[in-house]
Amino acid sequence: MDTIRVSALSKRYGETLAVDGIDFAVPRGATVGLLGGNGAGKTTTIAMLLGLLVPSAGSIRVLGHDMARDRFAALARMNFSSPYVALPQRLTVLENLRVYGHLYDVRDAARRIAELAEELEFGGLLHRKAGQLSAGQRTRVALAKALINRPELLLLDEPTASLDPDTGDLLRGVLERFRAASGATILLASHNMAEVERLCSFVLMMKRGRIVDRGTPDELLHRYGRDDLEDVFLDIARSRGAAEAVR
Amino acid sequence: MIRASLRRIWGLIYRHVALYRTSWPRVLELAYWPTLQLCIWGFTASFFGARIASTGAVAFGLLVGGVLLWEVALRSQMGMTLGFLEEIWSRNLGHVFVSPLRPWELVAALVASSIVKLLIGFVPAVLLAWLLYAFNIFSLGWPLALFGANLLVMGWWVSLGIIALILRHGSGAESLAWSLLFGLTPFSAVFYPVSVLPAAVRPIALALPSSHVFEGMRQVLLHGTVAWGHMAWAAGLNAAWLLAGILLFTWQFHRARVRGALIAIGE
Repeated sequence: MDTIRVSALSKRYGETLAVDGIDFAVPRGATVGLLGGNGAGKTTTIAMLLGLLVPSAGSIRVLGHDMARDRFAALARMNFSSPYVALPQRLTVLENLRVYGHLYDVRDAARRIAELAEELEFGGLLHRKAGQLSAGQRTRVALAKALINRPELLLLDEPTASLDPDTGDLLRGVLERFRAASGATILLASHNMAEVERLCSFVLMMKRGRIVDRGTPDELLHRYGRDDLEDVFLDIARSRGAAEAVR
Repeated sequence: MIRASLRRIWGLIYRHVALYRTSWPRVLELAYWPTLQLCIWGFTASFFGARIASTGAVAFGLLVGGVLLWEVALRSQMGMTLGFLEEIWSRNLGHVFVSPLRPWELVAALVASSIVKLLIGFVPAVLLAWLLYAFNIFSLGWPLALFGANLLVMGWWVSLGIIALILRHGSGAESLAWSLLFGLTPFSAVFYPVSVLPAAVRPIALALPSSHVFEGMRQVLLHGTVAWGHMAWAAGLNAAWLLAGILLFTWQFHRARVRGALIAIGE
């Protein structure tokens, strides 16, 4: 069964069509990359998958639930992380994670927080206020928040943006181990092509609100005759129409 | 199901408890305005009370009672609205709304935390009224519970309206958190009866539960009787306004999801 099934999904803001009739499915246990330049429609698509945004047309099923009618049943089994959405800065790391332990009804939340603190290496920061953390520390804590309910679907919007290579590698390792151990599905929006090649088994390429190409990283490299996804990304971003024909 | 729901509500209440536990300026701010208002009006009433021997004591009770009870509505509304604004200021709304927290659970958590904040602000003012002016608000007797409950609920529906406007207009509507209910003070007959108001304004006053509460308070203090008619009007109007507030909040929450405001609000 697919974890995500999106059909004819569109989002219009006045005259602007931010997402233009996209279709895709993400099978259970897959890690799928959602790539595209700024304004391609990635964040809008993720917001609709999370129920933050009501689609103008089309349908979304997540974990078997229709997001238009039954989004809360799905939301309890998924989670989300983005460096652009903050955690309350005046609360300590521990207090923040306790809040989300309650919101996601996590059993034995104290133990789960301890596990995450060890794996993401922030045990020494639990009593520090979130506002006093560095960018790397904040991102690790945000990922802990996203993993606190052991989600069956994890949506990540540029999870390693502005991180140093060491912290980025730590987070990618955590995500790989989490997926391998839990069989969770991950949808990842990223501008880091090396990250996408390492984590993703399948890639959706977006441009101007449409999915203009899709395939495994190897298939895309072969199709565009390139050695890395960065060049494929540039080919698609700079094309003026040929790629849009591929749906 | 109910247990999970209660836990989510507690999660948001805990978020406010954690915030206030370590922020004495926030706690101080809760008690600051009720205490300041009480001091200003209490000393003013004492001054006139000493000069008008025949009606001074009654006027004193009406003024100080009005100040204390009106603070119930003001603190109830501000406690709830500021609880919502805290999520905007911390740019945390995105995380809250992608959790399984239902909108009604958010409202329930804001209501519960507003009651806690009200008690923190109200109790020192009540104690101060007793210590400085020997005015015991509990001398109103059990009708005090009816007055308090009605003003508490009025604070909630005004807050729901303000939150709906914030969802509609973004952080530009934040200032309403401090000004909207305060602006209803002249129509609420807090310190004078509705009959004092110009005839054209009286329908506005009578459409507010607060004016009926304060008419009721004056009847208890002046005549020692309960104005059941005013109490019934206050309860009925509160029910109607609360329903309107819930519908407005629900509608604007849905519209915010359509417009993408839940992502952009506070940015």
